[in-house]
Amino acid sequence: MKIVGLSGSNVGATTRTAMDYAMRAIQEFDPEIETRLIDLADYDLKFSDGRDYVEYEGDTKEVTEALMEADAIIIGTPIFQASIPGSLKNVFDLLPVNAFRDKVVSILVTAGSAKHYLVAEQQLRPILTYMKAQVVQSFVFIEAKDIHRGQIVSDDVSLRIERLVEDTVVLTQTYSQMRSARETAYAF
Amino acid sequence: MTGATNSMAEYRINPDAGLEFGMYTLGDHLPNPSTGERITAGERIREFVEYAKAAEQAGFDFFSLGESHQEYFASQAHAVILGAIAQATEKIKIGSTSTILSTSDPVRVYENFATIDLLSRGRAEIVAGRASRVGLFELLGYDLRDYEELFEEKFDLLRKINRERVVNWTGQFRPALRNAEVLPRPQDGSMPIWRAVGGTPASAIKAGMAGAPMVMAHLGGPVSSFTHTIDAYRDAAQRSGFDPATLPVATAGFLYVAETSQQAMQEFYPHVNEGMIRTNGRGMPKQLFAQSTDPRSIMNIGSPQQIIDKILYQHEQFGHQRFIGQIDFGGVPFEKVMKNIEIIGTKILPDVKKYTAQNGSKQA
Repeated sequence: MKIVGLSGSNVGATTRTAMDYAMRAIQEFDPEIETRLIDLADYDLKFSDGRDYVEYEGDTKEVTEALMEADAIIIGTPIFQASIPGSLKNVFDLLPVNAFRDKVVSILVTAGSAKHYLVAEQQLRPILTYMKAQVVQSFVFIEAKDIHRGQIVSDDVSLRIERLVEDTVVLTQTYSQMRSARETAYAF
Repeated sequence: MTGATNSMAEYRINPDAGLEFGMYTLGDHLPNPSTGERITAGERIREFVEYAKAAEQAGFDFFSLGESHQEYFASQAHAVILGAIAQATEKIKIGSTSTILSTSDPVRVYENFATIDLLSRGRAEIVAGRASRVGLFELLGYDLRDYEELFEEKFDLLRKINRERVVNWTGQFRPALRNAEVLPRPQDGSMPIWRAVGGTPASAIKAGMAGAPMVMAHLGGPVSSFTHTIDAYRDAAQRSGFDPATLPVATAGFLYVAETSQQAMQEFYPHVNEGMIRTNGRGMPKQLFAQSTDPRSIMNIGSPQQIIDKILYQHEQFGHQRFIGQIDFGGVPFEKVMKNIEIIGTKILPDVKKYTAQNGSKQA
């Protein structure tokens, strides 16, 4: 199983801190899982210009291909201006419409204020659903006060991330078994 | 369609003669997924010529080849290959599906295809498209931001060249033409020029507004969805002052026949899936493919009788004049393609012709 963590912002460290924790939690849960963290701050992505993702070069090609090859994706996003950052939306725009078909996607949000709680529900989840993801039902919402100097200081948040990781892995296995049973039945 | 005049004669189509049946290849050059091996580009190009010959012998009306400029394709110089096909065949109509007009000079395209028309004694057609894979814009030095306008302008010019022997024209993407005579002229003075359309109404409406015949490509999905596209095309043509009864419609999509539907799906699926992964970055979901033998699905895959039923149903719904099938995608072995052509010729074509001839088109 391949799980890609996607830290969706070009700036700030909070989301990265939470994503680092999530990636370690995957390894602790099951060291056999192949993981990769993509922090958009480390890549120079082109803005989507409408071409098929296989036709990009460089970082854009590397990031989109890694996402397309993943079995599951954990998206970490901050909230900017009451929405997801443009950098993350651009990743979605770079991918084909059904990019997340047969993939499990889970969400981890960091926000400066609890007032942003519904942003993931109302803005991020519809995009993921449109792109055919099996979205993990619960997401982890992290406020600025839960992180201090690069460490998660809320046990509630760390335990929630661990549960999110477990849900992501178990659902990925489950969907994969369901799919393989169904595809065997087609006999072609 | 009644009376002695043939309203689609301009496009060398007689609707009374029944649905035209053709074969097309994108010109892909992909490994066979069951062996992982790929024939050489030379072998692949010569296969196209052999397919055209076999299709002609089997009684197909049309054979066409697409232009593509990316990895896993061998038909970059599609007009050159069509020249060879013109020489190797005698009566089958030949064309491009599609010529990527946006990145070519319409004058050169017309010169090439008028030449193919003369070589073939009046059998050449152009299907002009905008490219679904856009890597060629960079390769050939065009800006992807001009995607729409490049095509619209060049398509207008190409059709003007076809209509007028002496052309005066100015535009944005090519030097002006002043009293320019584009030679040679096709055998009948002009030749059929179609517009390639993806499955969506938006693009079909553009074809209708221009009064250009349409080749509508379809990957998968229900026949009924594509009926909307064809209706939108004819409505747009009507609103723009063209008579839809003069405008042929062709549909283009996967075609694969075997003894049983199960065998057809088993043989074809790996090619479609892995071919799509290589050329588009994502495969064909098995669930969608499993519906391909259903009469409501537009994919023409199954036993000979299933394919006859599907094509007749599509004809009833669309009232189209030509269906062209893509059999060879994704490294289907040569013998399998030839086998398909043979079964189509002996078992499918006679029934398709029998039940579509003289019924006329939908708006007749």
